[in-house]
Amino acid sequence: MTDVVEQSELEAVDRVIIRFAGDSGDGMQLTGDRFTTASAINGNDLATFPDYPAEIRAPAGSLAGVSAFQVQISDHDIMTPGDAPEVMVAMNPAALKSDLHLLTPGGTLIVNNDTFEERNLAKAGYDYNPLEEGDDLSGYRTISVPMTSLTKEACKELGVKPRDAERSKNFFALGLVSWMYSRPIEPTLDWIDQRFAGKDQIIAANKAAFSAGHIYGESAELGDQRVVVKAAPLASGTYTNINGNTALSWGLIAASQLADLPLFLGSYPITPASDILHELAKHKAFGVTTFQAEDEIAAVGAALGASYGGHLGITTTSGPGVALKSETMGLAISLELPLVIINIQRGGPSTGLPTKTEAADLLMAMYGRHGESPMPIVAAKTPSECFFAAIEACRIALEHRTPVMLLSDGYLANGSEPWLLPDVDGLEPINIEFDTEYNHIGEDGEAGYWPYLRDENLVRSMAIPGTPNLMHRIGGIEKEDGSGNISYDPTNHAHMVEVRAERVKRVKVPDIEVAGDPDAEILVVGWGSTWGSITSAMGRVRSNGHKVAHAHLSHLNPFPKNLGEVLEGRTHILVPEMNLGQLSLMLRAEYLVDAKSISKVAGQPFTAGELEQTILEYIEGKSKS
Amino acid sequence: MTDVMDSEAVPETTRADWQSDQEVRWCPGCGDYSILTALQLLLPDLGVRREKTVFISGIGCAARFPYYMNTYGMHSIHGRAPAIATGLALARPDLDIWVVGGDGDMLSIGGNHLIHALRRNTNLNILLFNNQIYGLTKGQFSPTSETGKITKSSPVGLISEPFNPISVAIGAEASFVARTHDMDRKHLQEMFARAHAHSGASFVEVYQNCNVFNDGAFAEITKKDARDDMLINLVHGEPIQFGSEGQFGVVQSVDGVEIVNVSDVGVESLLVHDETRSNPSTAFALSRLASRPNTATPVGVFRAVEREEYASAMSDQVMGVTEERGRGQLKDLLHSLPTWEV
Repeated sequence: MTDVVEQSELEAVDRVIIRFAGDSGDGMQLTGDRFTTASAINGNDLATFPDYPAEIRAPAGSLAGVSAFQVQISDHDIMTPGDAPEVMVAMNPAALKSDLHLLTPGGTLIVNNDTFEERNLAKAGYDYNPLEEGDDLSGYRTISVPMTSLTKEACKELGVKPRDAERSKNFFALGLVSWMYSRPIEPTLDWIDQRFAGKDQIIAANKAAFSAGHIYGESAELGDQRVVVKAAPLASGTYTNINGNTALSWGLIAASQLADLPLFLGSYPITPASDILHELAKHKAFGVTTFQAEDEIAAVGAALGASYGGHLGITTTSGPGVALKSETMGLAISLELPLVIINIQRGGPSTGLPTKTEAADLLMAMYGRHGESPMPIVAAKTPSECFFAAIEACRIALEHRTPVMLLSDGYLANGSEPWLLPDVDGLEPINIEFDTEYNHIGEDGEAGYWPYLRDENLVRSMAIPGTPNLMHRIGGIEKEDGSGNISYDPTNHAHMVEVRAERVKRVKVPDIEVAGDPDAEILVVGWGSTWGSITSAMGRVRSNGHKVAHAHLSHLNPFPKNLGEVLEGRTHILVPEMNLGQLSLMLRAEYLVDAKSISKVAGQPFTAGELEQTILEYIEGKSKS
Repeated sequence: MTDVMDSEAVPETTRADWQSDQEVRWCPGCGDYSILTALQLLLPDLGVRREKTVFISGIGCAARFPYYMNTYGMHSIHGRAPAIATGLALARPDLDIWVVGGDGDMLSIGGNHLIHALRRNTNLNILLFNNQIYGLTKGQFSPTSETGKITKSSPVGLISEPFNPISVAIGAEASFVARTHDMDRKHLQEMFARAHAHSGASFVEVYQNCNVFNDGAFAEITKKDARDDMLINLVHGEPIQFGSEGQFGVVQSVDGVEIVNVSDVGVESLLVHDETRSNPSTAFALSRLASRPNTATPVGVFRAVEREEYASAMSDQVMGVTEERGRGQLKDLLHSLPTWEV
């Protein structure tokens, strides 16, 4: 295949949002992922949003089984996978039915018309064929392609069975869209060779389908559809395309190296956190031990046991798994041992929406344990930033001998973006030293070891098992400060409750920076994965001449010291959250400010458009008053 | 630090060296005292270092054990001690880890962790103090309480069937399973020493009298004048024979094992105890001889088989991969997905 048209002759667009939608068995996640990689190599900035059902294989062709992958590619810096797609690939009637409403008016719809037969139409709830009747598709540019039959045709000469050939139809779609957006071809062909190594028939079929899609674009007079998205002027350096769970896993490995402690992960499989277990299990050469436990409780228990032994103990979970770990978090608070609990938030309560995103565990992270049991909380804001958030959570845990909750969510976990790889030599070491000497002279004049002697940050002494002479016992029963001996003394308990609260307050947290117009009357306060949507919305609002400020929290407990100041004197404080107003509640309680909640709990991230609209309403409301 | 230390001789210790400075606070007359004493007297003979010894417990009367040992120790969460100890053992295979808990702790709230710890065969010495009652919460029935038992929470009689802890352990693929009781220090020490010497998860059920809430639960079999006829001492390689005159024995039967009069069958027909049988069926059958401790009850080692130890297998994997690929470099990791230059 040669590019008959030079890229320079093509119309250039600054960005495009494409959504691949099909049945769970159609390989849409893989198709989207390949398109993303080709775009990344092309130098575009991008952001992705895999949107798939909880069922591994819902009934084929059903609405419940629709799996989609949205990607925005651009020639400039972008923060989100975009609001409404401009191009949608619908591989079957169910995909069309469930996702068509997302397509922007006038957008391009590419459908596999082979699947629009009676049975599939009925499964999707159509009693007519929308490609032929009705006005569902009016207002869109529809490209109706017999992808299945063209794929089978392309594979005919290869001796591939028609049934097997049919499974390559997603590569036809990929080929077609790759042609439309002038994506480089070689990376995908190379990838097919690698991924399916040893399966020559599958390699041949996939390549044939991919080429057929590409050729279809050229030959079917779709020339006016072909555009180019030029490379984005990104900062120079080496980039990789990374999703949140991978970045987070790597951050944990980095933290283990920075602290010079072996990494121990105790985990139990749960969506969408399991990929961290999978990723870390691959990296034993970094001294990583991964332990798949019998349940969530054992997973966090084992991690705490490893921490007690002087390793960096981590547990990963999501949704109901967090609830099961609560008691062990309480023990870790009482023992004052390092532990990192990673919560990849998903829709709840209960099983809720396992594959959809939500950020409704903030109050649980903050208050979800019995007794007064404070714990530092760190939240990641973009997929690549999960790397640094993981290091930060480990740093606090180890340097302050405390459990730390790290909050990510399904959107960050599976979404990806180009990441300018950091200089690993520039990462700051994590300081943890275990005691090896007596630290106390008793009343009898004898030297001894007290596990609850504290430094100026109230961080306790820590000697690990195996250290000669420093044998001591710790436990969840209230203990005397200093000696660590069991104590039921009322004043000691009151003292210890206050010490545990003060310990968390003394965790050093960087001041929050204000983006946009720092002195604006309207301040948007966000946390976690809303960063991208808020930043995009802010850009739009400000480009229309309005002033608005944005403060984004990475530390939810303790809050940055300057947060009170930042909140002061604003006309409106808007808090967009994927919950019913948890951060706004905390801000109201802590700072007595009128923080207004902007809430979305639809299992989907905010679009920039939604937030732009809301911010504008406040600006206009204000101008009226 | 550890290698240098290990090459030196383990210092001689006495019982006093293994006692912490904390006052022991079990009820006077509790069976836990004799178990604590037996272990504190035994440890100096095991050739281990105090700093390398860790006691992990859950919650319950038995779970206070770590506070009384001058070793490292953690009093953790009800039921979770085997899980926490597993993490510690995986991180630190150099340690000698004991897990101590009661029947409620290990078989009720922590049943799941116990069976998986046994299945995985992590190097832990698990001591289950079975008193067939909840003591710390003052007298409710436990998962080993006998059917019909009247307790505070079963005032009209307990409806459910109890667990047989030895059967549970064998069913959970345990590689070392033993039973002893709090009235025989020598036997306690022998079982603890065997458990300690075993590589993998060792499970020891200790019949332990709670003299406040379930006094005399084991008296019918453990009191001095009853033992000969009521305790079936399992000795590896010996015919299973008991009674003051050796008049009783155990033979294989159609569906397991049964007790016979030796005079009826002859000594040569008795089952010779083999704790190393890879098939657990006979050990299981022996565990079923007594459904509750008021009939002749086997004590001793039911099963001791060699099986791969989990923590060392795990660290072998880590070392194997590291050797094969070389120590991981963070920079290489960050460049391991497709990259491009801008």
